[in-house]
Amino acid sequence: MIGWYRGDCAFVPFGDEGFFCFSARFEREEMDMKEQLEAIRKKAEQDLLGADDKKALEDLRIRYLGKKGELTAILKQMGSLSADERPVVGQLANQIRARIDEELTARASELREAETAHRLEREKLDVTLPGKHRELGHKHPLSIELDEIKEIFVGLGFDIVSGPEVEYDYYNFEALNMPKDHPARDTQDTFYISDNILLRTQTSPVQVRVMEKQKPPIRIISPGRVYRSDAVDATHSPLFNQIEGLVVDKGITFANLKGTLEVIIKRMYGEDSVVRFRPHHFPFTEPSAEVDVQCFNCHGEGCRLCKGEGWIEILGCGMVHPKVLSNCDIDPEVYSGFAFGMGLERLVMRKYSIDDMRLFYENDVRFLKQF
Amino acid sequence: MNLSMRWLKEFVPLDEMPIRDFTEAVTMSGCKVESWEKEGEEISNVVVGKVVSLEQHPDSDHLWITKTDVGSGEPLQIITGAQNLKVGDIVPVALHNSTLPGGKKIKRGKLRGLESDGMLCSLGELGLTKHDFPYAIEDGIFVLQEEGCRLGQPICEALGFDDMKVEFEITSNRPDCFSVIGLAREAAATFKKPLNLHTPAVKGGHGSCADLVKVSVEAPDLCPMYSARVVKNVRVKPSPRWMRERLRAMGVRPINNIVDITNYVMLEYGQPMHSFDYAMLTGHEIHVRRAAEGEAIRTLDGVDHKLTKDNLVIADAEKPVAVAGVMGGENSEITDGATTIVFESACFNGPSVRRTARSIGMRTDASALYEKGLDPNNCLPALDRACELVELLDAGDVTDGAVTDIHFTPECLRIRLDTDWINRFLDTSLSTDEMKAILSKLDCTFEGDDIVVPTFRPDLVHKADIAEEIARFYGYDKIPGTILSGGAQGKYTPRQKFESAVGTTMLALGASEIMTYSFISPKYYDKIRMPADSPLRKSVTISNPLGEDTSIMRTTALPSMLEALARNYNNRNEAACLYELAAVYLPTEEGKLPDERLRLICSMYGSDTDFFTAKGVAEDLLARLSVTGWDIAAFPDDPAYHPGRCAKLTIDGEELGVIGELHPKVMENYGMDCRAVSFTFDVDTMFRHAQLAKTYTPLPKFPAVSRDLALICLDITPVKVLELAIRAGAGNLLESVKLFDVYRGEQIEIGKKSVAFSVTLRDTDSTLTEERVAATMKKIIRELEKAGASLRL
Repeated sequence: MIGWYRGDCAFVPFGDEGFFCFSARFEREEMDMKEQLEAIRKKAEQDLLGADDKKALEDLRIRYLGKKGELTAILKQMGSLSADERPVVGQLANQIRARIDEELTARASELREAETAHRLEREKLDVTLPGKHRELGHKHPLSIELDEIKEIFVGLGFDIVSGPEVEYDYYNFEALNMPKDHPARDTQDTFYISDNILLRTQTSPVQVRVMEKQKPPIRIISPGRVYRSDAVDATHSPLFNQIEGLVVDKGITFANLKGTLEVIIKRMYGEDSVVRFRPHHFPFTEPSAEVDVQCFNCHGEGCRLCKGEGWIEILGCGMVHPKVLSNCDIDPEVYSGFAFGMGLERLVMRKYSIDDMRLFYENDVRFLKQF
Repeated sequence: MNLSMRWLKEFVPLDEMPIRDFTEAVTMSGCKVESWEKEGEEISNVVVGKVVSLEQHPDSDHLWITKTDVGSGEPLQIITGAQNLKVGDIVPVALHNSTLPGGKKIKRGKLRGLESDGMLCSLGELGLTKHDFPYAIEDGIFVLQEEGCRLGQPICEALGFDDMKVEFEITSNRPDCFSVIGLAREAAATFKKPLNLHTPAVKGGHGSCADLVKVSVEAPDLCPMYSARVVKNVRVKPSPRWMRERLRAMGVRPINNIVDITNYVMLEYGQPMHSFDYAMLTGHEIHVRRAAEGEAIRTLDGVDHKLTKDNLVIADAEKPVAVAGVMGGENSEITDGATTIVFESACFNGPSVRRTARSIGMRTDASALYEKGLDPNNCLPALDRACELVELLDAGDVTDGAVTDIHFTPECLRIRLDTDWINRFLDTSLSTDEMKAILSKLDCTFEGDDIVVPTFRPDLVHKADIAEEIARFYGYDKIPGTILSGGAQGKYTPRQKFESAVGTTMLALGASEIMTYSFISPKYYDKIRMPADSPLRKSVTISNPLGEDTSIMRTTALPSMLEALARNYNNRNEAACLYELAAVYLPTEEGKLPDERLRLICSMYGSDTDFFTAKGVAEDLLARLSVTGWDIAAFPDDPAYHPGRCAKLTIDGEELGVIGELHPKVMENYGMDCRAVSFTFDVDTMFRHAQLAKTYTPLPKFPAVSRDLALICLDITPVKVLELAIRAGAGNLLESVKLFDVYRGEQIEIGKKSVAFSVTLRDTDSTLTEERVAATMKKIIRELEKAGASLRL
């Protein structure tokens, strides 16, 4: 229908009236473009409804809004319009372009939503299926307890010291006021390597070594393996772990011994633990005591756990014997101190109600994994 | 140590104190009670009865129908199978619903159609033996000959079988407490009651003892005191019931009056006694001397012993008649024919008795007492007490005076009573008088400021010992608890922190911690195929092991670990990954302590576990601990491992450890039908090479460039060689080199392999240009070519 245009003027053949209908013809041109734009808009809307994926949307964008798209093609004809009409048609074209663009975007996000929803639906899991596991190791129960005890003591200002397990008789016995033939040696059945070398029966030799090297104040614990010639059964082991402690300073009293151990025992066994100190004998302490906690099971009534006594013995302690101090060149007239010792295995056995000491050294993973 | 409460109450007026109060209080003052038990506690509803009629059961030729009067109501009809009854016999009657020792319950029932309203009991059914009631027969009903029992009286009361037995744990420093008197003294001090001791009085009058026997101590260092006394016209018979009762309650079996007297005195005084047949003492002489080397004696239990000059013996003019302080000889035993006997009450050196008892493998009640060190001043009172009892029991005629040989000065130790020091030491505020009051109850006396310590308390030497006595009877529970003053700081050493980091890293890497015995069997070295000439076979050896399995201190942690792995395997655990921080004990010089070194060992089995699993764990561990710069090389020489799957790690030329798959034969030795891998590192070596102080490197500002290299080389060329070539070629532009493929097979010449690396280059100061990258890659390829690898085209 459109003939040609040159400059600002359009020359459109219109019957035989020639230039006669110039302006009327222009009105018709304007009508045409509006209609065309409307048609494009309608068609685009229609097409959009049918576009089901990203690719179709992109094709539509190119078809309608692209450089070679339909809308652009129309806009290229704007020149044939009058100066009055051009802005009207231009505005309309821009509106339509914006509208199509909007709808394309809206449709795109609609599609994305649908796609996400579909994916989420598709990816639904049976959340009761088992998790994927990364194997973690388990600390030995004796280590767990020992680490906790070390923390308590470090918090109270103690250092941790270790020493040889194969030890001289001197450090294990003689320096601790147990000369050869001392009857107390009988209570610690000893493995001997030679006449003067043995497997330590207690970690006290470490204390002697520390006192020889370090002058007071001393606050140490010495955890470690000790050996006694006991046949293996549910409650005995020829090798077990002990934790011993030593405090030496000016003016250390028996009351300090009680106070310090009470704090430690409450940390270990709970703040409501009932503790008693009862006289005992160790050759290297004087006075000596054994410490009992009231049975946590029966609260002192007497039950199977405490063998009817109502109390459970947990550690031995005492004021360092003056002879032991002198043996280490510490003047007992100036300094005093206290020492204590406890067995680790029994403590852990009570804590977890483990009834057989052998389990600690059998290392079955079914046992280890419980801690 | 068992104690009869009835006996104790002879010395201390405790009246009817509840047993729980008694045991709590003496435990808190230092004599720990282990347990207590009332005799006959298991017996209930058993009473004294009298057989009033007896007739044969009509349907049995051995059962008897008795009518037994139990003091109330009609006599009971009780059927018995015993044949020793007659009308008028006093017997124990277990009534309907009664209990007997061992939990046995008696109820009314029928025997061959006739009702039996209970049971007549034998000695055994009451838990007693002929030792307790020598006149009774064992096979039949116990017919009582006790005076003063009433019909219907509970049987335990009638038999005196109702004492309270208390078992004490006596500490080794208190030999005096292994006696009724010693415990009575403690009880008197605990309850602040009087201690009523008795001084033995012997009538004698049957000639002079000194005329009959000569005593000479020829080893005064081992025998500070020897005393003896002769009893003539011995009349051996059962002891009276009161003595038998007390012995039984103390856990000693009554035998006859002479034996019982020696036991009774030992229990009462804590002084072992011995008796010889005077007729068997050649020359009527007693010599206390060291045995001749090889001298023989057969002891009372019929065992022959060869003695050495370290053993002390009691000898007559010719031969040993007793091992001093341990046991008498068979040759001088009191037999039924004995008419004259010699009582010995002596004190022997504790360590000497201990050594002798050990060397002849015989520990007796006497030797256990002597070992602890006895008081020589106790010998004569005990001897007198024995003779007094002989007279009381009419067991013989006692001669006058004791024959003694004394080699000690009966002097008491004096310790100054330092009230202030004791109060400071204990944190108490007791007056001197309060302290003296406590010490007096323990038979200490005072001279000026000095405490005079009785000789039966050799444990009291130092003022600290006195402080303990004060604290015990003042009450440990009355001393307050006070917190330490001063602000000490506790800390872990770097080494302790390092060991802890090793542990936490191993746990994070999936290994569980184990603990194994430090001692092993020498056979374990064979199980891990340790060469016969390996220096590691030389181990610290226990001279008195429990058994071969625990007889040497390990020099390697591997066998203990493999035991643990094998145990898991046998317990059908599918997989195990275990680690231990295990000490090993490497012998040094003779007479010196071994070198105790800590090893980290980690071993594992399970599906997908191979050499590289272990190597991966090892590498991650070392990386986490900042142990870098280590070197690895194949190590086919340790027979414990697969020769083609074992590597040694070194660092600065020092051995760090070994990683390997266990040799199939080792696996077989441990009964494991699977593969297991293991690595062991020396903790100290790791620690010394660990970069404990962390340093920070700024994050890169310029981009990195990655290039993949596909190479062909000989199959036998270790990948490590190629990696080193790449490192050499790349110089400090190298950020990382990662192996991502090793391939043999199609398209690769036989005997060769294809190896692919990803190389990442980065310059910290500028963006790498294409030219620099190309030049660097060229250098890398040149180095690779030198190492025998070429680009795979």
